[in-house]
Amino acid sequence: MKICVLVKEVPDAAVQKRIDPSTGRMDRNGEKNLNPYDTHAIEAAMQIREGGAVEVDEIVAVTMGPSTAIRALHKAVSLGADRSVHLSDDALAGSDVAATGYALAQTLKRESPDLVLLGQQSDDGECYTIGAVVADHLQMPSLTQVIQMDVEAGPPTQLRCERQAEYGYDTVQVELPAVISVGDAINEPRYPSLKAIMGAKKKPLDALAIGDVDIAADRVGESGSKVICGDFKAPPAKSAGEIIEDEDTNETVEKIVAWLDERKLI
Amino acid sequence: MDFDLSDDHRLLRQTVRDFAREQVAPVAEELDRTKSFPYELVAQMGELGWMGIPFPEEYGGAGGDSLAYALAVEELTRVDSSVAITMCAHTSLGTQPVYLFGSEVQRRELLPDLCAGRRLGAFGLTEPEAGSDAGNVRTRATLQDGEWVIDGAKQFITNAGTEISGHVAITAKTGENEISNIIVENGTPGYEQGQPYRKMGWNASDTRPLTFTDCRVPEENLLGPRGAGFKQFLHILDIGRIGVAAMGVGLAQGALDEALAYAKERRAFGKPISKFQTIQAKLADLSTEIEAARLLVYKAAREKDLGRNFTLTAAQAKLKTGRLAVRATEEAVQIHGGYGYIEEYPVCRFYRDAKILTIGEGTDEIQQMVIARALGA
Repeated sequence: MKICVLVKEVPDAAVQKRIDPSTGRMDRNGEKNLNPYDTHAIEAAMQIREGGAVEVDEIVAVTMGPSTAIRALHKAVSLGADRSVHLSDDALAGSDVAATGYALAQTLKRESPDLVLLGQQSDDGECYTIGAVVADHLQMPSLTQVIQMDVEAGPPTQLRCERQAEYGYDTVQVELPAVISVGDAINEPRYPSLKAIMGAKKKPLDALAIGDVDIAADRVGESGSKVICGDFKAPPAKSAGEIIEDEDTNETVEKIVAWLDERKLI
Repeated sequence: MDFDLSDDHRLLRQTVRDFAREQVAPVAEELDRTKSFPYELVAQMGELGWMGIPFPEEYGGAGGDSLAYALAVEELTRVDSSVAITMCAHTSLGTQPVYLFGSEVQRRELLPDLCAGRRLGAFGLTEPEAGSDAGNVRTRATLQDGEWVIDGAKQFITNAGTEISGHVAITAKTGENEISNIIVENGTPGYEQGQPYRKMGWNASDTRPLTFTDCRVPEENLLGPRGAGFKQFLHILDIGRIGVAAMGVGLAQGALDEALAYAKERRAFGKPISKFQTIQAKLADLSTEIEAARLLVYKAAREKDLGRNFTLTAAQAKLKTGRLAVRATEEAVQIHGGYGYIEEYPVCRFYRDAKILTIGEGTDEIQQMVIARALGA
């Protein structure tokens, strides 16, 4: 079984996010890190391998991004992936979710994975949708927000997944190949040891451009994207709330009721 | 000149930062309050290769360099000094003498367990009458029938009295004007660890007095050539200064982190106190001092990694960062106001943890002496 894990380099969680007014896009300068949700996807792949229910031949980390994104791949292989694939091309800059999903799917076709794992959301764009787009292009079933995954050896190999929904939990059985996006409740990712960090660069890395995986240039990049970045703005700062001191509880209740009543909330 | 860290260094720093925030921060207050040694954290750090960062893989080390070691120490101290000094003293003082001066047999026997964090190493230099004047050793070791017979006492020794303490490398007089380093393993009859000290800070680290009474160890426990002890410990202390200087930067950064977060949240006179110039000036000064000190520490580590003489830079880094840690933690407490004096806030612990950094591993006054000597004064 071959598992591909989609990973992304994002601004570090400690960096305050802001919109660059000149581009209308997120300012991605500053310290970067591997998307935290993707570390759960790598851990999920490692746990399938270590669980022993099926033989995992290879775990491959795949990313699309600029040259710096190679660092996200280093972290991914230090966490256990066997090798990595870096899709990078000037033509890809400015791709929206649909274009990115198409490009990643083309890259994945070259690998023919039995299972594609990814974090349910990226820490920067937070679209939650890339897994579904990739799955559509690959004509594979897609499950999102998965927080538990058990492998049942086949044939056909199946996954029994629990997904987190607004109303509770869904238990879904899916036949491989499939694209699964995982939530952060699925596991606690390990830390890469120093040896693994220093060994990361020794693991094979394929650098690919769009021509290597038959990506049509007019379907990616800013021009190939349907999303037009026009008027992105940071949300307005919330005004300070009203604090009601609880001196006399009866009075406090009256004040709260009056406040809610005034706004026609009750 | 390149100020960027390599990808490996950056990833290590990020990993230790995550570990410190996720694993150390939630237990730091309790470990300090209950004066409990962080066994679980040490085991985890051992598995991650952090208890043997600068030692070669053939001895079980992680094969990293001094810069990697300094980065790890810095990030740990940013969250908790007790955990950091445990790792730091174990590496630079406990394990380093075995690696640098040990025979191949000693290295093969001791280093794998030390580097994996299964055993802790300690360094016994300081005595009641030998602190800054470390050459004034009173502990004696006499060779009798193929054994060193050791009598004497050591004090303020880190990592010697835990359940996983493996050995202490002590300095002892082996003759007139002759100092040698000798390994004494825990459990050797006549070697006793006293009760832990009641310290101002570093409460979760293990610090004790040691006594040696007719303590006999095999002759081959000598580290390196007989009589080389003085030169050896000076070299060990040089290396140790890089680690302790990294602690100073880390602690100062941790204090700034806490002070900044608090200042942005705490409101007075209708706005966050971070908007007041007096608070801003403190934060700006600290951030500037920290960045300057950090460069000095990294430079000392780089010099060592490049095989250059780093004695001067390491002493400068140690002097600069110890003072800075004391000042930064004091300012952080000041910015917290009354809350800074309460143990629920980390800056209270940071303030107590800082002072030792101007004393341990060579006082400020000793650093000044080393620096002046290097200047030719």
